[in-house]
Amino acid sequence: MMTSRSPIPSAPWLLAGPGALFFFGLVLLPLALTVILSFQAYDHSTGIQSTFTLSHYVTVVTDGYYLEIFWRTLRIAALTTLICAAIGVPEAYILSRMRDPWRSVFLLVIIGPLLVSVVVRTFGWSMLLGSQGLVNQALQLVGFAPARILYTETAIVIALVHVMLPFMVIPVWTALQKLDPMVEAAAWTLGASHFTALRRVVMPQVTLGMLSGSLIVFGLSASAFAVPALLGGRRLKMAATLVYDEYLQELNWPLGATIAIIVLVANLCIMLAYNRMVETRARRTLG
Amino acid sequence: MAFLTLEGVSKEFGTFTAVRDVSLTIDKGEFVSLLGPSGCGKTTTLQMIAGLVEPTEGRISLDGRDITREKPNRRGLGVVFQSYALFPHMTVAQNVAFGLEMRRVPQAERDERVRDALMLVQLSAFAGRYPRQLSGGQRQRVAIARALVIAPPVLLLDEPLSNLDAKLREEMQFELRRIQRKVGTTTIMVTHDQAEALSISDRVVVMEGGRMTQVDAPYRLYEQPSNAFISSFVGKTNLLAGTWRRNGTSSAADIGGVLLEASAPEIAAGTPVTLSIRPEKILVRDAGAGRLEGRVASRFFLGSQWLFTVETPIGTMTVSTPNLGVEPATEGSQVGLDWSPDNMRIIAGTAAAA
Ligand SMILES: Nc1ncnc2c1ncn2[C@@H]1O[C@H](COP(=O)(O)OP(=O)(O)OP(=O)(O)O)[C@@H](O)[C@H]1O
Ligand SMILES: [Mg+2]
Repeated sequence: MMTSRSPIPSAPWLLAGPGALFFFGLVLLPLALTVILSFQAYDHSTGIQSTFTLSHYVTVVTDGYYLEIFWRTLRIAALTTLICAAIGVPEAYILSRMRDPWRSVFLLVIIGPLLVSVVVRTFGWSMLLGSQGLVNQALQLVGFAPARILYTETAIVIALVHVMLPFMVIPVWTALQKLDPMVEAAAWTLGASHFTALRRVVMPQVTLGMLSGSLIVFGLSASAFAVPALLGGRRLKMAATLVYDEYLQELNWPLGATIAIIVLVANLCIMLAYNRMVETRARRTLG
Repeated sequence: MAFLTLEGVSKEFGTFTAVRDVSLTIDKGEFVSLLGPSGCGKTTTLQMIAGLVEPTEGRISLDGRDITREKPNRRGLGVVFQSYALFPHMTVAQNVAFGLEMRRVPQAERDERVRDALMLVQLSAFAGRYPRQLSGGQRQRVAIARALVIAPPVLLLDEPLSNLDAKLREEMQFELRRIQRKVGTTTIMVTHDQAEALSISDRVVVMEGGRMTQVDAPYRLYEQPSNAFISSFVGKTNLLAGTWRRNGTSSAADIGGVLLEASAPEIAAGTPVTLSIRPEKILVRDAGAGRLEGRVASRFFLGSQWLFTVETPIGTMTVSTPNLGVEPATEGSQVGLDWSPDNMRIIAGTAAAA
C-alpha cells in the first residue's frame, strides 16, 4: 500500500523547470549582469573598464541632479497613486451598483484604454495639452490666459492617472463584488446613514483591494517610461527616462545600470514595506 | 389597534411580479409569521417593510405614519437577514454594538447591553471572534442578537432559526416569544417551517406565488385551510377528489364510487369537490368496524406516534395514531378506518384543482 507513492520524485522539478529556466534566463541573468555592470569603471574616451569601482553609486547619491530626479519620480508616482485611489474607488463603487447593460458598457469604457498603446494615448494627451491644444483653446474661449501644461509635471500626472486608473478600479471592483449587498443594507437598518455605512462597512472591505491597486499603480508609475518621455520633454526627467538617456545618449552604461539598480531597490523597499502594511491590515480585518 | 399596515402593496421586478396586492394589518405586540414555499415573495415583503425594497404600488404605515418612502435608517426596525449580513471585518461584539453606536448609546451602557444580548443567544464566549470563525448557527444567533439589542418596536426576522439544531431552535423560539410578550415587540417572522409558524405565532399569513391566501390564527389555519394547497402545506393531509351528491336532506361526496358522508349545505349536487381529512383525525379499527376498509401498506414508528399508509378503495390514505404503549396493526393486515364526518373538510369547487 505504501508503494503507491509517486515513482518519479523528479516530476515536480521537471514541471517547474521550464518556468524556472525562463525566470533565470530572462530576469535573474540580465539583473546579475546589470549589477556587475554598475560596479565597473567607465571612461569617456576608452569606455567600460573591467576594474571594480563604487564611484557611480557615490556620484548618484551625492549629485543633486540625480537626487532631484529620484525625488520627482517618487513624488509623481505617489501623487498618481493618490489621485487614482481618489477617483478609482468611488468609480468602482458606482460601477458595482450599476444595472447590467450599463455596467458592461462602463466597464468597457474603463478597460478600453488598455487596448490602445500607451504611446498612442500619450501622443493624444500631448495634442490635447499642447500650447495650441484643445484644453488651451477651451481656456482661451472662456477668457483665461493660456496655461503651459505640456512638459510639466501636471501633464505627466494627468496622463499617468489615465493610464493607471484601470489597475485601481479592477481590484477595488473585485473586492466589492465579494461583499454581500445586504451587509450595507444591514448597516442602514441599524440606523447608519448612507455615508456612515460606506465609511464603516463598505470601505474596510474595499481597503484591501485599494491597497493592492495602489501597489500596482505606484510600481508602474515609478517605472513609467513612455509618458514622461513624451510629456515631460527633454528637461523633465523621471527615473526610467534618465536610465534611457544614460545608456543611449551619454553611452555611460555603468552609470545607467547604477541608476536602474538604485531605482529597483528603492521601489522594492517601498513596495515591500507597503505590502507588509497591507498584510497586517488584512490579518486584522479578516481575522 | 393597527400598528403596522400594508395596503395593496405590490412589487414588480421588471415584468415579474414578486408580491401582488398584499394587504395586512398587524397590531402592536403581535407575533405574525409569513409562511410559504420558496420563492413566494416572503423576503421581498419583509424587505419592503424594512425599506430595502421600494414597493411598486401600495402604502405601508407604521404607528399612523406613512413610511412607504422613508429611508431604512429612519425606520428603526430590527432586521435579521436571511443571509445574516454580518459585518465581516468586525468581531461578534462589534457587530452587536453597531446599532447602539449609531444611536449614540454611552459606552458603559452599550457594553452591558451587548453582553446581555450575547448571553441571550448563548454566545458570550465568542464575543471576540470574527464572523468567519463561527459556524452557520452561531452566525445566525449573532444576527439575532444584533437585531434584538437595539430594542426595536418592530422585529423583522427572515428565517431566523433555519440553521439551528432542534433544541436550540426551541430555546430561541421561546426567547423570541418571551421578548415579544415582555417588551411588546411587534414581530414578523418569515419561515417555511410550518410547525414553527404554528407553534410560535399569534397569526399566520400564508403566501403563494406573491399573494396572501389566508391570514388566520394557527389553530384555525390548521383546521380550516381555505384551499387544498394550504391544507397540504400546513400539516399533512389526505386529499380526496370527487363529486357532490344530494339525497333529500343527506349529502355525501362520491369518491370513485364510494359515498362518504359530509355536510356542506350550500354546495349544489354534481359539483366537483375536494375533501381533506387530517391523518390524526382518522381512527384505526378492526376490519369491518369502520367507514372504509383498507390494508396497511407500511407502518412507521415516530416515537410519540405511529404513521400508517393504508390502501383503500379510494386511494392511499395516511393515518397517524398516538403511541399508546401497545403495538398496533401490523403491515399487511386488514383494518377499518373511521372518522367523525365533522372532521371531513370540504374544499369546494375549482380551487381544489390547484
Ligand atoms: N432583485 C430581484 N430581481 C428579480 N427577481 C427577484 C429579485 N428578488 C427576488 N426576486 C424574485 O421574486 C420572487 C420572490 O423572492 P423572495 O426572495 O421574496 O422569495 P422567498 O419567499 O423569500 O423565498 P425563500 O423561502 O426561498 O427565501 C422569487 O421568484 C425571486 O426570484
Ligand atoms: Mg427568503
